[in-house]
Amino acid sequence: MKITLPGHWIGTLAPFLAVVVVVLLFWVYAPDQPMTLQTWQFVAAQTVVVGLAAVGMTWVIISAGIDLSVGSVIALSGVSAALAVEAGWGAIGGVLAALVTGALCGAYNGVLIVGLRLPPFIATLGTMGFYRGVAKWVAANESVRPEDAAGVSFTAEIADWVMPVADGQWLAPAVWLLLATTVLGAWALRWTVLGRHTVAIGSSELTARLCGVRIKQTKVVIYALAGLLAGLAGVMLFGRLTVGDPTSAVGIELDVIAAVVIGGASLAGGQGSVTGALAGALLMAVLRNRCTAVGWPNFVQEIIVGHIIILAVAIDQWRIRKTNH
Amino acid sequence: MTRSPLLEMAAVDKAFGATVALSGAHLRVEAGEVRALIGENGAGKSTLMRILSGVEKADSGTIRISGQPFSPANPQQARDGGIAMVHQELAVVEDLTVEENLLLGAEPSVFGVYLPARMRDRVISSLSLLGRNDIQPSTAVARLSVADRQLVEIARALVHDAPVIVFDEPTSSLGAQDIEHLFEVIDRLRKDGRAVVYISHFLEEVQSVADTWTVLRDGEVVGEGNISDTTTEELVSQMIGRRLEEMYPRIARDKGKELIEVEGLNTRSGVKDAQLTLHGGEVLGIAGLVGSGRSELLRGIYGLDSIASGSVRFEGKTHRPDPNRSIRAGIGFASEDRKKEGLATDLSVATNLTLGASSGRHFFSILGLKKERKDVEVQIKQFGIRTRGPEQPIRSLSGGNQQKVALARLVHLDVDAVLLDEPTRGIDVGSKTEVYRWIGELAAAGKGVLVVSSSMQELLGICDRIQVMHRGKLGASRAVDQWDEHSLMVRAVGGEGAA
Repeated sequence: MKITLPGHWIGTLAPFLAVVVVVLLFWVYAPDQPMTLQTWQFVAAQTVVVGLAAVGMTWVIISAGIDLSVGSVIALSGVSAALAVEAGWGAIGGVLAALVTGALCGAYNGVLIVGLRLPPFIATLGTMGFYRGVAKWVAANESVRPEDAAGVSFTAEIADWVMPVADGQWLAPAVWLLLATTVLGAWALRWTVLGRHTVAIGSSELTARLCGVRIKQTKVVIYALAGLLAGLAGVMLFGRLTVGDPTSAVGIELDVIAAVVIGGASLAGGQGSVTGALAGALLMAVLRNRCTAVGWPNFVQEIIVGHIIILAVAIDQWRIRKTNH
Repeated sequence: MTRSPLLEMAAVDKAFGATVALSGAHLRVEAGEVRALIGENGAGKSTLMRILSGVEKADSGTIRISGQPFSPANPQQARDGGIAMVHQELAVVEDLTVEENLLLGAEPSVFGVYLPARMRDRVISSLSLLGRNDIQPSTAVARLSVADRQLVEIARALVHDAPVIVFDEPTSSLGAQDIEHLFEVIDRLRKDGRAVVYISHFLEEVQSVADTWTVLRDGEVVGEGNISDTTTEELVSQMIGRRLEEMYPRIARDKGKELIEVEGLNTRSGVKDAQLTLHGGEVLGIAGLVGSGRSELLRGIYGLDSIASGSVRFEGKTHRPDPNRSIRAGIGFASEDRKKEGLATDLSVATNLTLGASSGRHFFSILGLKKERKDVEVQIKQFGIRTRGPEQPIRSLSGGNQQKVALARLVHLDVDAVLLDEPTRGIDVGSKTEVYRWIGELAAAGKGVLVVSSSMQELLGICDRIQVMHRGKLGASRAVDQWDEHSLMVRAVGGEGAA
C-alpha cells in the first residue's frame, strides 16, 4: 500500500503521541514513579473493556449514530456470562451467552432506530435504562457469583484471560484479543463493503440511498456488531470482577465515546479511526494510572480527562479548517 | 485626472500551490453600473470575489474603493470598507426577525442593551428602497419565501450603506417571477448609485440585468465590453474559447427495443397516472416547470419516491422500484441536488464514483481497492475530471467537475437505462457541452436516457422525443422536430395550444 495522504497518518498517530507525552510529563513530575513493564501490562489490561466497546462505538459514530446503552449492555452481558457459568455451561458457554446477549441488544437498538425512525441518541437512551433493568431483574438485583466447584473453576478460567499476572506472559490474552479486534475493525472499515457503506451513510445518508446502499440493514448490522463487541467487553469485565454485577459499568458509555472522539472521530459522522479510538482508551487508562501513582485524588483525573477531550476535538476542528483552505 | 471608479481591482494574481487561479485579473465598476462577471466554473470568478470580500489574500495586485487603496484582511474589514456580498447560498438566520437579521453583527446598543429603535428608520428605508414596504421588520425570516429571504440579504447591504454590492449566482434558487423582481431591485440599486458586480453563467440573465461585462477564462480577463453591443454567441465563444455550433453534438443512433415501460404511475409525491416508454438507443426528454412533478417521476421510477399505484417494467419484466434493485437491474439515476444527494461531498472522488457498484454486494465481501483505483483513474481520464487525484474530496472540486463524478458513477455501474434529473444545472458552458456529448454517446451505444431539464433549448438540442409535465400530469410523447421552445412552454404552463 502506498501512503498518499500523510494527514491521515498524523491524525491516526496523534492520540498515540499524546499517550507518550502524558507518560513523559508524569515522569518529569515524579521521576521516582516510572512506568515499568509491569505498569504497562496492568494499564493494558485496564484498557480492555473500554477498548473493545470503543471499536464498535467507532463504527456507530462513523455512521453518524451513537450508542448510549453500551454500559448497560456490558453489565447485562457480564450477568449473562455469570448465569451461564453458574448453570454449568462452562467457560465457552459463558462467553457465547455474553456475545449473543450483546449482539441481540445491539440489533434491538438498530431495529428501534430504523424501524421507528428514532434518533440514535433517544433510542439508546431508552434502551440504556431497559437493559440495565433487565440485568438487575435476571440477576435478582444482586451480583451473580458462581459458587459450586465447576462454576468457580470456569470463572477462574475466564479471569485468567483478563488478569495480567501469569509469569512469562508478555500481555494478557484479553489484551491480544483487543489488539486483534482493533486491527480487524480498522481493516474492515476500509476493505469491506460494510465499512465503505458505514462511512457513506455517515457522510451523506441521502447519497448512500441514491447509490443503492441498503440503509436499514446496514444500520442494524452496525449496531448489532457494536453490541457484540460490548458483549465481549462484558465477558472481560466478568473475568475481572469474577461476579456478574448488574450495577457495574455505569457511566462507561461516556468513557467509550470519549475514547472514540479523542481518537479522531466526528460526532457528525463520516469520520473516525478504530486505531485512534484504541489510543484514546489507552490514554485515559494511562492517565488514571499515573494520577493514582503520584497520589492525585480521583477528581483531578476527571478534570484532566475532561480537558483532554475538549483539546482533542479542538485540535481536530482546527485541522479540518486548515485542510479546507 | 480622470475620475476614479467606485471599485477598481488591478493586476490581481493568486495561486494555490501550483494551480494559478488568477493572473493579472482586473475589474472596474463605476457608480451606477451593473457589471456582469462571467466565465465557466473554475475560471476564477469566485476567487476574485473572495479576495474582494477579504476571505482570500491576493498574491499581488491592488484594490481601490473610490480611489482609496483597500486591502481587507478578513471579511469583517471588507464589510466595514463597503463591500457587501449576496451569496448563492443564503446567509440569513431563520429564527430571527427581518430586523434582527438586517442588524446582525452591528446591533445598535447602549451599554450592551439592544435598542433596535435607533436604527428602525434605516431598516425601513432600506426595505422601501427595494420597493418592499410590505415586509414588516418584525416578521420572522422563517416565514418568508426564498426570494424574500434573499431580499433581506440585499437589504442588509443597504443598512450598512455598502457602495459595492456583489451578487454571486443570485438566481440559482429562484423561480422565474422572483428573478424578475430581483432584476427590478438591482435596477433600483443602479439608480441609487451603487456599483454592482453580478456573477452568473446564465447569459440570458446577464443580458437583461447588466450594463457591461467582463469575461474570465483560466484566471485571465479575456474580454470586456458593453452588453448592448455584444451578441450571445460572442459571449459564449469568449467563455468557452470556441464556437457555439459545437454545443449540441449529434451522433447517429438507432432506436432499440423497449427498456422502461411505465403505466398508470402514481407516486405519493404527486405524479398522476404517468405513461411513458423509454427505448434503448434514444434520449427521451421530460419538460416542465419546477414543481410540475418531473423530478418525482424519475424518482418514482428509480425508487426514491414511494409509489402509490401503477406499474414499471424494465426489459419486459416487472420492476419494483427501489434504488438497490434498480441499480442491480441496470437503471441508474443522477440527482438534481448534487451537493446534498448526488454526492457525499466530504468523501473522495474514488469513493463517490464507486459507491453504487458496491451496493449490490454482500456486507462482508472485500473491496478490491487496487482495481477500484484503476477504474476510477480510467473514468477521471474519460470524463476529463479536473482533480488532483482519486483521493481528493468532492467538496474541493468545481461544480462542473462534481457533476462529472456523479455521471461517471453511472458509467462505472454500466447501467442500461440512465435517469438524469437536471444534469447540467449550475455547471459551466464547457462542462455542459461535454455532458451533452456524453448523453449522445450513451444513446449511440444503445442505452436509454431519460432526462429532465428546465432548459427547453437543451431538451430540443439533445432529445429524440419530449413529453411535457404539468401539475403532476405527463403529456403525450412527440418527436423533437414537432416541438419548439414556444410550444413546450405553452404546455408546461398548462395551455392546450398545438405546436
